[in-house]
Amino acid sequence: MEQAIPQTKVQLTNSNGILPKRWGVHVLLWIACFLVGFPLLYAILVSTQTNAEVTNFKLTFGTSFEQNLKAVMVNRNLGDYMLNSTLQAIIITVGKTVLSLLAGLAFVYFRFPGKWIVFGFVLITLMMPTEIMVIALFRLMSELGWGQLPSLTVPFLASATGAFLFRQHFANLPTELSEAAQLDGANPLQFLFMVLIPLSWNTIGALAVIQFVYVWNMYLWPQLLQADVVQVGLGALLNFDGSLSYGPMMMGAVVASIPPVIVFLLLQRQFMNGFAISAEK
Amino acid sequence: MVFHANMLPFFIITGIIGGAYLGFVFRQSNRSLINGMMLGGAAGLVGPWLFMTPLRSCTFETERTNTDFLLGLFFFFFGAALVIWLVQYISLFFHPDIKMRPSLIGKQDSRGVFRSNFLVPFLLLLPTLIILALFLYYPAYETFRLATFRYRLGAPRTPFKCVDNFTELLTADYGEIMIITLTLSALIVIFALIISLAIAYLAYQPVKGASIYRTLLIWPYAISPPVAGIIFFVMFDPVAGVIDHLTTTFLNTGIPAWSESPNFARFIIVAASVWKVLGYNILFYIAGLQTIPKDLIEAAAIDGANGWQRFRNVVIPLLSPITFFLIITNLTYAFFETYGTIDYLTRGGPTGATTTAIYNIMITAKQDKWLGRAAAQSVVLFVIVIGITVWQFRTSGRQVNYGA
Repeated sequence: MEQAIPQTKVQLTNSNGILPKRWGVHVLLWIACFLVGFPLLYAILVSTQTNAEVTNFKLTFGTSFEQNLKAVMVNRNLGDYMLNSTLQAIIITVGKTVLSLLAGLAFVYFRFPGKWIVFGFVLITLMMPTEIMVIALFRLMSELGWGQLPSLTVPFLASATGAFLFRQHFANLPTELSEAAQLDGANPLQFLFMVLIPLSWNTIGALAVIQFVYVWNMYLWPQLLQADVVQVGLGALLNFDGSLSYGPMMMGAVVASIPPVIVFLLLQRQFMNGFAISAEK
Repeated sequence: MVFHANMLPFFIITGIIGGAYLGFVFRQSNRSLINGMMLGGAAGLVGPWLFMTPLRSCTFETERTNTDFLLGLFFFFFGAALVIWLVQYISLFFHPDIKMRPSLIGKQDSRGVFRSNFLVPFLLLLPTLIILALFLYYPAYETFRLATFRYRLGAPRTPFKCVDNFTELLTADYGEIMIITLTLSALIVIFALIISLAIAYLAYQPVKGASIYRTLLIWPYAISPPVAGIIFFVMFDPVAGVIDHLTTTFLNTGIPAWSESPNFARFIIVAASVWKVLGYNILFYIAGLQTIPKDLIEAAAIDGANGWQRFRNVVIPLLSPITFFLIITNLTYAFFETYGTIDYLTRGGPTGATTTAIYNIMITAKQDKWLGRAAAQSVVLFVIVIGITVWQFRTSGRQVNYGA
């Protein structure tokens, strides 16, 4: 389920609390970062090891990196699954951004009859998690006879979160912008593309990260569809040749995490600004 | 729509309650009493149909058992209450006094700059509305309709069974599943909040490289629940996992196999779920900490409050809006997203120890192919989620202020 996102203002802070000395803070932060990162660091180590190396607990890189990578990407087709997931994530991210921009434009810059009903119609969907209605959705898709890609993307092209994110962003922009555009005779779409979008890259970036990660990590719905996407494909690694193979399992976990983590790191600034966080130094 | 004569008194009750309630609310906030009464009365009459239409009003038939009748009455009044409340809530967003509007998604009014044909805004909204109607509203209604059928995939007939799929849930087995769901969710939310607040308070301290620390703390946000499941599966492997090695080395005792210890299996699910959601919570707590006015903490320090007292009596209360927001989002995460973690870690086992409500829905639908029963379980979760969301909306509308 998606949630409305609270807005927070950024402030520079330097107040000190419980912690006495700065070096102590650094040590504690190092420990926190290590503990948070530990499962992934361990996964990276194991992803290079053979089963024997895992069982004997070596804290060094193992000898099986290439074998594990090949087993996961080629033998178990994770590469293909990742391509499908990428396509799905790009379609939903782009589509939802466009539809949300249009909805935000309509909500902020127009008055029209029945607006409160339309607004309520969108707002109420915040109460409707997809997970609850997958069975009915699955039947609908069978009746429509849609293939994998449309079933994976079209139902997620619109959301209240996206529409309200841009509604809020546009409403916080100065009123003079739209008045000037109106005086210059710009039509709503010209205003959207020439004025609003150039001022919205942070919000667009934040929505893009949220959407990409959300779609890439989607599991329940693709599993029901038996779709060839990455989170479902990982299932084939659990039972490797009839027994557990820790290396390929962890290799799959690591490889499947690379795209969303890269997107997160690349768009981190927009994401943080979208959530109104900024580093102070 | 089927109408039975014995429904009439209940419709009169919901209509009058709706009209009286909204009339009162509108009057209290200087809006038109008549408008409020008409809106509320209509909501009170329409609301029950939400559930009575798919049920064909069957619980009001005279030959039904008392349990069926009471369950039907519950849906009747739940529908009425939901629609009355929603109409009241949505009307607040259009309150003439801008201060009265809920802050949930921003208070601002329409600017109405473009006075074009009224079709233009509808055209802009049309794609969004079509998708929401076809892929959220319709399946939501269908889920409830399916729940009224003895519907099994591949079965030749699907007879209408009124509320049988629901009354069948009134067993000890399903009660156990709900208890597991609520316990695991509560543990996940509590640990995720405490740990992330502690880490966020550290990361909020003004030290060199603060932004690097933050990145290193927030990134698990991008990890998927299935991946969290796989990693913890290997970590907690009783033979090869690192946790077993650590406990053997330092505590001289290995860990039990989760497949033989229900509580240990639950612990691993909670640990993996908390780890995955930690980055998200830290992000919001740091954002929240940055909104706390510095002078408040300094004033407390001048008054002689020590570090812990300042944290306990100033910082934590001021963070309560963020905490509340995180409780809601983490609860829905624990209800639904943990499905991937459970499916890759314990598969609901051992012997159902980690079978949560959503996991059981998927077992009922995929393995047992009882789509009607799975739909009924979905409706139960739906009612809970509606309750949580209404709670969120109400609080967001009143005291919670995110500083925007």
